[in-house]
Amino acid sequence: MIKLLSPFSDVSNLSSGDKVLVSGKILVGRDQAHLRMYNYFQTHNKLPVSVKDAAIYYAGPSPTKPDEIIGSIGPTTSSRMDKFTPLLLEQGLKVMIGKGKRSQTVIDSMIANKAIYIGVTGGVGALISKKIISKKIILYKDLQAEALLEIVVEDFPGIVIIDAKGNNLYI
Amino acid sequence: MKIIKSTKIIKSVQDLCIQACCVLPVDVVKSYEKAKNIEINSIAIEVLDQLIDNASLGKKEMIPVCQDTGMVIVFVTMGNQVQIQGMSITDAINHGVAKGYEKGFLRKSVVKDPLIRENTNDNTPAIIYYNMVLGDVLTIDVLPKGFGSENMSAIKMLKPTEGIQAVKDFLINTVKMAGPNACPPFFIGIGLGGTMDKAAVLSKKALLRKANSIHENKFYQKLESDLLEEVNKISFGPAGFKGKTTAFNVFIEAYPTHIAGFPMAITIGCHSYRHKGITL
Repeated sequence: MIKLLSPFSDVSNLSSGDKVLVSGKILVGRDQAHLRMYNYFQTHNKLPVSVKDAAIYYAGPSPTKPDEIIGSIGPTTSSRMDKFTPLLLEQGLKVMIGKGKRSQTVIDSMIANKAIYIGVTGGVGALISKKIISKKIILYKDLQAEALLEIVVEDFPGIVIIDAKGNNLYI
Repeated sequence: MKIIKSTKIIKSVQDLCIQACCVLPVDVVKSYEKAKNIEINSIAIEVLDQLIDNASLGKKEMIPVCQDTGMVIVFVTMGNQVQIQGMSITDAINHGVAKGYEKGFLRKSVVKDPLIRENTNDNTPAIIYYNMVLGDVLTIDVLPKGFGSENMSAIKMLKPTEGIQAVKDFLINTVKMAGPNACPPFFIGIGLGGTMDKAAVLSKKALLRKANSIHENKFYQKLESDLLEEVNKISFGPAGFKGKTTAFNVFIEAYPTHIAGFPMAITIGCHSYRHKGITL
């Protein structure tokens, strides 16, 4: 088990199939947050938040119960973010966390920008919620479950599916 | 005539939604345990352990097992001797869904329009199918359908002469497309026959069956088991990290169809096989 701490300046030594425990700050965003960041870049030539050496977790939690930190928060299907991903990778994003396949365009961009893709088990959102220490909304509060969050995680378990050389664990 | 107050329907649907999303049926957890005994790959076993732990955590703390608490599909069987007092049954069901999703801290994932995409904020409307029968029965089954798996569902109009081979081919192609995206191991619902729309509804209705239950018709019993075997040869395994269990069950619902056609619909259900019903 390899410990991975934020910021994620160099993840090129990790290999497809490595089991990891991620700790530290990570962003949480999915479809609409990606679309908005992408559109923002088209007009401003920069992103509304820095993604340099950052990790993003593709997820949209269920509502938080009183006295809890966050609701159920498993990964959503990563491929829906593929269209927007090369831009984020070019801006310094190093780690993506989600479930399911990625497009060849994303994999090529990962190789070029030395990034990795970590898979977590889909549908175990209750279990994953216990790995989260804090959360705050960074942007797009109006999107509710789809708002862009920053969470702090401790020993968040995953497996490197695609490494920075493009090796892919999925058959 | 049996009179049922709409408030009773609201409360029942509310509770069904919360229970379905937080507490997985015992037979589903048994499927996870059974699969653990036949897997060899250590990651596959680890994933199944996570599913088992997640299910017990959901039940213990009443938090949704999966953050995608779905769009709610409701199957209603209603006798002609039942009269609903208060609001219409459709309104009562939708009120129940809204209350359940608020009270149960379930995610509101429904948008008003597929293009405008503004959240309805209460997870309504539900998708409701009515079956009118004789007598004074009222049965309500809810199926919160997550979209990671729904996005990989598919429909095809097969040719009437193509037979079982075409069913196999379409199923295998669809499961291969679904891959790790749709959270395997799957519970697969198949609708055969009817019209295009009927086949789709049948594929949903098939997912009301209990995990590991056997089809009442011998022919379909064998077909279900043959298809399951074929699907598991794909070896995606739990969470797609390779293994023997790509699906837990394949359930088929068949219906008469036209001489010129053979509609087939496949609903991919993820491992969080959530459904719950009540008879009032």
